[in-house]
Amino acid sequence: MSMGHQITAGFMPLFDSAVLVAAGEMGFAAREGVELTLHRETSWANIRDRIAIGHFHLAHMLGPMPLACNLGLTPLASETIVPFSLGLGGNCITVSNAIWAGMTAHGAEPDLDPARAGAALGALIGERAAAGREPLRFAVVHPHSGHNYELRYWLAACGIDPSRQIEIVIVPPPFMADALAAGRIDGFCVGEPWNSTAVAAGTGRIVTVKARLWRNSPEKVIGVRKAWAEENPDALSALLRALHHSARWCQDPANHGELAAVMAQAGFLELPSKIQMPILTGHLKLGGGAELAVDDFFLTFDKAANFPWKSHALWFYTQMVRWGHVAHSPENLAIARDCYRPDLYRSALKPLGVALPGANSKVEGALAKATAVGATGAGLMLGPDGFFDGQIFDPDKIDAYIAGQKAG
Amino acid sequence: MVRTSLAVLVIDENRIRAAIIEAGLREAGHERVTVIHDVAGIARRIAEIEPDVIVIDLENPNRDMLENMFQLSRAVKRPIAMFVDRSDQASIEAAVDAGVSAYVVDGLRQERVKPILDMAVSRFNAFSRMARELEEARSELESRKVIDRAKGILMKSRGLSEEAAYTLLRKTAMNQNRKISDIAQSLVTAAGLLGPAEDE
Repeated sequence: MSMGHQITAGFMPLFDSAVLVAAGEMGFAAREGVELTLHRETSWANIRDRIAIGHFHLAHMLGPMPLACNLGLTPLASETIVPFSLGLGGNCITVSNAIWAGMTAHGAEPDLDPARAGAALGALIGERAAAGREPLRFAVVHPHSGHNYELRYWLAACGIDPSRQIEIVIVPPPFMADALAAGRIDGFCVGEPWNSTAVAAGTGRIVTVKARLWRNSPEKVIGVRKAWAEENPDALSALLRALHHSARWCQDPANHGELAAVMAQAGFLELPSKIQMPILTGHLKLGGGAELAVDDFFLTFDKAANFPWKSHALWFYTQMVRWGHVAHSPENLAIARDCYRPDLYRSALKPLGVALPGANSKVEGALAKATAVGATGAGLMLGPDGFFDGQIFDPDKIDAYIAGQKAG
Repeated sequence: MVRTSLAVLVIDENRIRAAIIEAGLREAGHERVTVIHDVAGIARRIAEIEPDVIVIDLENPNRDMLENMFQLSRAVKRPIAMFVDRSDQASIEAAVDAGVSAYVVDGLRQERVKPILDMAVSRFNAFSRMARELEEARSELESRKVIDRAKGILMKSRGLSEEAAYTLLRKTAMNQNRKISDIAQSLVTAAGLLGPAEDE
């Protein structure tokens, strides 16, 4: 037996840190010979800084965050790679009761339909502008986040210019519900349980969800300090196997009660288990008595949820370009292409004989229904993965995709 | 000596620590120091103050919001970025270890900022040390109180003198390889469960 691998990891108090937390708490890391120490952080900036100076070997990160580090968009950048994705979906867009009332006057229904909700919001924004009222203010958790990019994508596809017709501000997830209740913001895009928290408080209405905007789309990842990964390939492989077992355990409905109890503990989310069940079941209370079951609301394991698709990283890159976060150039594209590392995922999991995608990239939005794909090992199902506006992202035609985007 | 004085903004929810930093800045000759505990309405304050240097504690959950605002907000005339001295990795490590970060307005020279960060780091560390010592003193006081209560219980139920009661606690602790305060706490808890409340 090898000596134990000591790994220190950071995470933010969001439910989608569950696979990392359960890897430590449920003993999956220990079984792979990894002594995993978890540190809860208060900001993504702290996670970035502690990775950069080597306090953390790896961390729970926003999908676009490692790209932002490698593209030099952050102050304390260290090269960061992504060998594992922590799940698909899990976010919602929530608005205040007043905005929801305005949206229903323009045809919104509690059905989470992004196109209908977007049209209603657009009409409300037009009405308010005509009356000379201030633009609506929406909050996201970080500029380089899936939340920011999916909120903007939704608005732009519905004819709303997110840079001019609304204001987008940054609010930490645990403060979203309070900011909405106090009227400091009119809506937000955030991961669970912070939408259900606003609904439970009676101050927010969920209008649409990530799984409806782009089904089975990427969210949080494991970001690893590249220098550490290169010096410690065995430790990283062992951890990736532990995360794989943890992700499968988290996906199993038989374990959801126990997982919610783990996340409820002091040091993790410290919120009642009950408020953590919607993300696990996909059965959401939308506010005002409306409820809806959402297919593929949040996946920790199924549909190759842990595979770090290069096409996911490249889509984030196209949105960074679209909203002026980075200039499109062959050098920057190469940095974005090299950030997610399916090769490391494959080499770590190969000994387990599990299903592994054969490709590193896929055409996003091409699968209208769940489809079995060619893969090594046992059968693997992917999709459906459609964008709500019917667009398709082919990573081999990235220049055309970028050229075709409205920057707003 | 400070040449033209820098405007320094300290953002810290901990009022005592903020006061310690402020005092340090004033001792170092900085006269234009503002302290903010609550980030509500901070954009307007930044527009008024026009800070050259901003010191923020790392526990502040609003750090992502602040960083974004420093880059983009109309309230900020020149972009403000985190102070990173790339030639001196040790100093940034010391800052993160201490739990503090500094942000500086675009174009400000490094050597003018470094003494401010160094002072903040040493004062943050001093504050942590003080908080730790205070916590130790508090738990020391708590242990003494629980030991007194346990002695009282033994004196009453076993008819022991105070000295004999303490000796019994000490011996039990030694035999079980535990702290006297732990044994005393167990005894007080057990007495509470078994009988009417025992108070001296």
